[in-house]
Amino acid sequence: MPTNLVLLVLLALAVTYFVLGRRAILSQGQRASGIRSMHSLPHYYGVWAGVAALLPALVLMVLWIGLEDSILRALVASYFPAERPENFIEDVFFTQIKNVAQGNVVGTPPEWVMQAAGAWAGFERSSQNLMSAAVLGTCAVLGFFAYKQVGLEFRARNAVENVIMAVLVACSIVAILTTVGIVFSVLFESIKFFGMVSPMEFFFGLDWIPKANFGENADSGESAYGAIPLFAGTALISAIALIVAVPTGLFSAIFLSEYAGPRLRAIVKPLMEILAGIPTVVYGFFAALTVAPLFKDLFASVGMSASSESALAAGVVMGVMIIPFVSSLSDDVINAVPQSLRDAAYGLGSTKSEAIRQVILPAALPGIVGAILLAVSRAVGETMIVVMAAGLAANLTANPLEAVTTVTSQIVTILKGDQSFNSPMTLSAFALALTLITVTLALNVLAIRIVKKYREQYD
Amino acid sequence: MEATMENTRTTGTADVAWDHDDFQTVGTPGHDDPRMTAGNVDVFYGEKQAIMNVSIDIGANEVVSFIGPSGCGKSTFLRCLNRMNDTIDICRVGGSIMLDGQDIYDPSIDVVPLRARVGMVFQKPNPFPKSIYDNVAYGPRIHGLVDSKAELDEVVEQSLTRAGLWDEAKDRLDQPGTGLSGGQQQRLCIARAIAVSPEVILMDEPCSALDPIATARIEELIHDLSSQFTIVIVTHSMQQAARVSDRTAYFHLGRLVEVGPTKQIFTSPQHSLTQDYITGRFG
Ligand SMILES: Nc1ncnc2c1ncn2[C@@H]1O[C@H](COP(=O)(O)OP(=O)(O)OP(=O)(O)O)[C@@H](O)[C@H]1O
Ligand SMILES: [Mg+2]
Repeated sequence: MPTNLVLLVLLALAVTYFVLGRRAILSQGQRASGIRSMHSLPHYYGVWAGVAALLPALVLMVLWIGLEDSILRALVASYFPAERPENFIEDVFFTQIKNVAQGNVVGTPPEWVMQAAGAWAGFERSSQNLMSAAVLGTCAVLGFFAYKQVGLEFRARNAVENVIMAVLVACSIVAILTTVGIVFSVLFESIKFFGMVSPMEFFFGLDWIPKANFGENADSGESAYGAIPLFAGTALISAIALIVAVPTGLFSAIFLSEYAGPRLRAIVKPLMEILAGIPTVVYGFFAALTVAPLFKDLFASVGMSASSESALAAGVVMGVMIIPFVSSLSDDVINAVPQSLRDAAYGLGSTKSEAIRQVILPAALPGIVGAILLAVSRAVGETMIVVMAAGLAANLTANPLEAVTTVTSQIVTILKGDQSFNSPMTLSAFALALTLITVTLALNVLAIRIVKKYREQYD
Repeated sequence: MEATMENTRTTGTADVAWDHDDFQTVGTPGHDDPRMTAGNVDVFYGEKQAIMNVSIDIGANEVVSFIGPSGCGKSTFLRCLNRMNDTIDICRVGGSIMLDGQDIYDPSIDVVPLRARVGMVFQKPNPFPKSIYDNVAYGPRIHGLVDSKAELDEVVEQSLTRAGLWDEAKDRLDQPGTGLSGGQQQRLCIARAIAVSPEVILMDEPCSALDPIATARIEELIHDLSSQFTIVIVTHSMQQAARVSDRTAYFHLGRLVEVGPTKQIFTSPQHSLTQDYITGRFG
């Protein structure tokens, strides 16, 4: 039975059990003294029977589909030739076997591949049948047991409550596990990378020359994986972005929260937040096509040469992009400064700007620092703008008019072509990603702690 | 504008106590030597009238207390006296309020020095999250009242001494003012207010967050300060009004019902509303 048919039958069974469960309790209730004699409302009994039929079977099905591939691989592995030729990559052949098994024969695959494909197709068919039987069987049996439980004394309401909690917990576990999974896969690939390139070279080397060593794409010459130019490029662009975003964002937050009337605020605040909704790719081509040439001409007119892809253009546009982060978070913390402090300052005869400079901003400072740190982590992780506008040259320079490259844009460059999964070049992307994750995570944790501490101070 | 004012006035007078617009405050709202004079003051929050036609003199070096049921407009009227209501967008004030013969709502008046002359202490102690020293020094610094650090030190010491906090605070001047106890914080706020040498001090329920001992200290303090400052205090405690003030004003639903010497208000009130309130029949 094909999977989607199994799913349909499963749903139908669950609905049937729902109806059965509800009907059973209603008839039992009728014989007793009506709805008051039941522990729970009738639909709870139906839901309990239906859910007991549906959920475990569904979980079984998901697990089966998830594990099927690796089990089939293990079974088919015996068909592989005993002596493996040089450059033998299993993944490539598994893909070929699967293709052949589905009937897409390209060229003339070796004899053993044909045999393996035949076996694969057979295993797949029986796996499918087994799964249908197991899933529908589970559904029928568990549903039946739940249905048998239905009775006036059975606490269906509490049972359903537990099911709901279990579902909620399961969803959050999925979210957490995914994150942990990503971090660990990045971690393991990075460890592999550091087996090929020493951490000393990666963290302190000054040259970044990744070279592919796979198939026809192989480049000639020596490669080098010193990531300092990438870190420096990221730092330079983030610094430029902050120079743009922090004053603009902070000052507009002050204007909005202290000077603007409610009507103006109701218009300006959403407008600023639209900035945050613009896709970064739009900022990217704005930076590459408008801002970068503008800077180039501007600096040319004062006799300085700016490269057409410059850290400055990318940084400035990125700064504009993170203005809303700074302003909206700062606005929140400034608003959280208690009115009583403002009253105290004005009651002593402060002008507006005196009250802001000497009372409100110092009180809000920790929160503002938190907001800025969050903006930094946003800037460090930003990709599209730098890919499009900052260039790809791994220059180690502090000159904002030159092209630089960043950690994120190198990850994109490395992974966008066909790559072998075991070359240092590909794996270097994971090491870069790991560095990036660590840095942004640290920034976020720090920022959240600061903001939280600040909140407690006034609650 | 005129029409809406008339309008709100008639809706605001639904109370049985006054169906006519010519309600007169009973007692003695005037004073021989007035420091502040309020004449026919109306206050609106948007369309809603919170103060109706209030006239009262605040005499030099006297302590006046405002009493009345919650929501009757005591704080609103108090905040008119140093234009703190300016910070509320929807608030409009009509009538005239004079300080030493000068209309404080006159467009030519700058509210910043006005608030230095008419200081304010709030219901909840609200020290700045700065050191005790900086809290007291804040006013003198922004108004440029001192020339040197030595002079500033002296002002800080004097103000803290006057507020009865010097002995407790002198060894911890550099510690945050928010680290003091509630009663100490309120005395710090009083020290902060008197450090700019105001002529009038407005206090809005300054003891409502304090225990009886701290309250007694503040009341003593008010008594001492009255030799030098004019003080207006809002309070919900009639005993407190009786203890600290020379004159008492009774507000009811935005009207100033009765003003008179404190003793007289509490022993022989003239208006029935005042009598009901002080005998605890409502409020
Ligand atoms: N910021 C404001 N916006 C709108 N209405 C207000 C505002 N402040 C006060 N009011 C209204 O004005 C009236 C008087 O309020 P006010 O705070 O002056 O009363 P109060 O006598 O000080 O009361 P309490 O003894 O409870 O402090 C109330 O009806 C109140 O709802
Ligand atoms: Mg009040």
